[in-house]
Amino acid sequence: MNFISDPVTFIGHWLGNLLLSWGVSQPVVTFILKFIAAGLVGTFGFALVIFTIWLERKLYGRIQDRLGPNRVGPWGILQTVPDIIKIFTKEYITPVGADKIVYNLAPILSVSAVLLTWAVIPFAPTIVGTEVNVGVLYLVAVGSIGALGIILAGWASNNKYSLLGAFRAVAQVVSYEVPMVLALLVPVLLGRSMGINSLVNAQSVWFIVLSPIAALIFFTSSMAETGRAPFDLLEAESELVAGYQTEYSGLKFGMFYVGEFLHAFTISALTATLFFGGWRGPWAEQIPLLGVVWFFIKSFIVYYVVVLIRISMPRLRIDQMLNFNWKFLTPLALTLLVVTAIVDKAFYTILPGLNLLDAAVPWVRAGVHLFMNLVIILITLQLLKSYRIKAVRVVAEPRPVAVAPEPPASVIS
Amino acid sequence: MTVEQIIFLVVAVVTLVAAIAVVTSRNLIHSALWLILTLFGVAVFYVLLDAGFFAVIQVIVYIGAIAILFIFASMLTRRVMQDTGPQSNSNWWLGALIALLLFGGIALVLISWQGFTTLAPILTGQSGQLSQLGLALVSPDQYVLPFELASVLLVAGMIGAIFVAGDKKQ
Repeated sequence: MNFISDPVTFIGHWLGNLLLSWGVSQPVVTFILKFIAAGLVGTFGFALVIFTIWLERKLYGRIQDRLGPNRVGPWGILQTVPDIIKIFTKEYITPVGADKIVYNLAPILSVSAVLLTWAVIPFAPTIVGTEVNVGVLYLVAVGSIGALGIILAGWASNNKYSLLGAFRAVAQVVSYEVPMVLALLVPVLLGRSMGINSLVNAQSVWFIVLSPIAALIFFTSSMAETGRAPFDLLEAESELVAGYQTEYSGLKFGMFYVGEFLHAFTISALTATLFFGGWRGPWAEQIPLLGVVWFFIKSFIVYYVVVLIRISMPRLRIDQMLNFNWKFLTPLALTLLVVTAIVDKAFYTILPGLNLLDAAVPWVRAGVHLFMNLVIILITLQLLKSYRIKAVRVVAEPRPVAVAPEPPASVIS
Repeated sequence: MTVEQIIFLVVAVVTLVAAIAVVTSRNLIHSALWLILTLFGVAVFYVLLDAGFFAVIQVIVYIGAIAILFIFASMLTRRVMQDTGPQSNSNWWLGALIALLLFGGIALVLISWQGFTTLAPILTGQSGQLSQLGLALVSPDQYVLPFELASVLLVAGMIGAIFVAGDKKQ
């Protein structure tokens, strides 16, 4: 182990030994190191947001044929810093009749739920906040706290638009959790573990090859969890002012904003970790620092797709969104889960009789799973085609646009 | 005192205070929030007992599902059921009696328990426990019957809810 290839573990060991030589007992040293690590991961998340906000605004601008931020720093890269300073100086406005404690608690919950996710994401084989053996479930648990933040924000603001936004949040965030959890179970099945780092270790063939449908369902439903376009019904500007965050000003609004952008990057990192092999790449096991590079390259590619979708898609209607979830994503995820479980078990039952090379086993397994996924996709497309005819129906008779209304009888007489 | 003991004491105090606040708070949403804090405290206890799976399930089921359901139900009642009327009805003495009896019973059982002074055994095979739990839930000579019964009960409840809430087509 040396400083160049694995700096985080190196510094951790050095600091731990230093504290031990000062006569601090082992449990306290562990506690202090964990404390520092938690602070570092949190700070890193916030620092990352400063960059991703700029990146997203720049991409947004370029796609709309604008320049985007271009004044502060090279290519406007430091634009977020003056924005942060400005938002610090803004006045906090608390609406009359707002529930003060809950009103102030909501943005904190909203940001911390996203930040907590980073505790289990492995950046490299050795650089991981905490190796939890139920990491996947932890992700689900933390996600539900974010929903709580949105609901509380909407309720405490004493504003009908906020409350409507919160109602939509419940309908959307809670129901999209169902296909997300079901899709998360597929990597758990394939990797035989619930720890995030062991799932990365199990991906000698990336899980997107084994199960592209699971990757798509996970990606779609976590896009819906972030509450951004095309799923931004919680804050639909044309209908609800700004949804649950209408009444928030200053840094409290900033926290929702930071939470949203961090969430968008977090789902990219999670998709990269669970389906694109995380830190896996050439020489990542020998030089852990290289794993960080692979991880961020993959995450930013997925993030680019997230931003592209956000920029180019129109908003869904609430009934379309719920239909898409309950009538399409959830049955598909359930089918996929059952098929994957049966196929994987069957594959390992007949494997001894096949006389395959050890190196070829993961690839044959990937091929079998990919084939089953393609079959499911074909069947789904056929079903969608046959149901599309029924879905398009005439709601009402066409009527003339402008006809003078019949004057009431009292006017005529 | 070890770090774990300090964490236990702090979390225990917070959990108890939050649990009392659940029943004394006059605002339904505040009650639900205190309830969430209480449930979090219980989740921390599970973590201290090296039962990470239960801690996470506690957060998913009780905070992620049940508490959000509570809050959602009481969101519809913003100006109702708060700040008005007495907090207890004429049967308060019965409730107090039952609570006291329950407390006495638990205290009696705990007095004769030897576990206070012994150290917790160190668990081995953290990753194996999860699959053991899964196997125990579906193996016929262990818990498959209660597990399936609970599932049937939940499905029955769900069907009942859909029947009550759904449109009755003539």
